[in-house]
Amino acid sequence: MRAYPADYELIRPGALTDVLLLLAREPGAWLPIAGGTDLMVQYAAGKLLGRKLVSIWNLPELRRIEVFPDEIQIGAACTYTDLRESEIVRDEFALLSSAASWTGGIANQNQGTIGGNIVNASPAADSLPALLVYEAELFLVSARGERRVPYTNFHVDYRKTQLAADELIRAVCLARRFSGYYAHARKVGPRKSQAIAKVCLAALGKIEKDVATDIRLAMGSVAPVPVRLTETEKALRGKRIVPELVRLASQTAAKEIRPIDDIRSTARYRAAVAGNLVAEFLERLGSQI
Amino acid sequence: MRYFFVTKGPMTKSSGDRSKLEIVLTVNNKVVKVRAHAMDRLLDVVRQELGLTGTKEGCGEGECGSCSVLMDGVLVNSCLIPVLQAKGTKIVTIEGLAANGRVCALRDAFLDCGGAQCGICTPGMILAAFHLLKKKPKPTAEEIREGLSGNLCRCTGYAQIVEAVMEAARRGVAT
Repeated sequence: MRAYPADYELIRPGALTDVLLLLAREPGAWLPIAGGTDLMVQYAAGKLLGRKLVSIWNLPELRRIEVFPDEIQIGAACTYTDLRESEIVRDEFALLSSAASWTGGIANQNQGTIGGNIVNASPAADSLPALLVYEAELFLVSARGERRVPYTNFHVDYRKTQLAADELIRAVCLARRFSGYYAHARKVGPRKSQAIAKVCLAALGKIEKDVATDIRLAMGSVAPVPVRLTETEKALRGKRIVPELVRLASQTAAKEIRPIDDIRSTARYRAAVAGNLVAEFLERLGSQI
Repeated sequence: MRYFFVTKGPMTKSSGDRSKLEIVLTVNNKVVKVRAHAMDRLLDVVRQELGLTGTKEGCGEGECGSCSVLMDGVLVNSCLIPVLQAKGTKIVTIEGLAANGRVCALRDAFLDCGGAQCGICTPGMILAAFHLLKKKPKPTAEEIREGLSGNLCRCTGYAQIVEAVMEAARRGVAT
């Protein structure tokens, strides 16, 4: 069933406060739309459940990257292109800028937004593992006020988030404390652009005196939500990166994830690739010493 | 029974509907006023209301780039833009580029290098190439592949398209 445009309502109230008032008045009735790269696909296929949409595209309050001494705050409606073109994101949060560069094609990157990617809550979203390893925090805003929550537990289950019906993500905060880390991102999919990942990895590692003092690993497409590989991280902490440890970490990672068979891949392949990606990262990290 | 061509995209039957809005935008340097539903896709408005059929519909879900247009100078898939989001913007379609001499040079490069075969992807390819060359007048082959990665071609195998954009860059299309 395809959609009939007259069945849908779309409004552009203009200012963020007006959008928030609307969401407060009728919580859950209005679906915010920014770049539309996910929603318009569902719409065209007749699968969009919401009939009333409110535009938050290009709201200046949501489309800026603010730099503070200890963190940066990325407006939720910043596009992947905004992320790629931001010097500070490129220099200090390379995992995010690589993920942005392999999301969709250029036109999708010009429209798709970081906040949309979070709220759409796909376990395969390219940029979300990066947010996990950077331990991002989110500003959630509503007419009731604003709260700051860790991103780590934002996705509570497959496509379910902590966002209340009257809330929007205003900004994503990233602490500026990863300059001494080795960063490694990898996406495995059928083709570089316009392909959804079979498995993707965002990893950070810090080596001090030959020992891995901090390892952070997160993956997409291997569980109902993007996941941090805490067991694998624990197995690596305080250790020297030697071949036996790489093998152990790779096995731990393959066991720790919960992949499924679906149209893009199989659970078995995903587990094997997840292990290999962890090994590849550790080998590269080891050769940095 | 499911017919592939007729089940794609939203229906666009227009029969003096009261829920339509008047939306003003600039298309190819001309200010136009269209009557459309807020959720009509920019693609349908451009093709059906404005008769600019150079913009093609391929997949209808932002994968293939056939419907590429420039919105305020930025490459977008017009199948993913509700027309209300385009209100007040400047849209450039392939017809608008064709009226621009420099882009004729881009077109010539596509012709000279065999960068077009069936032609469905070509308007989108040329818009994506134009958008790339504006940002990077002398791109590498890798940068061209990335710049056009959102545009699918099922005929050429891409080699001739990449060559065409290289050739256009050599001829100084964007400068």
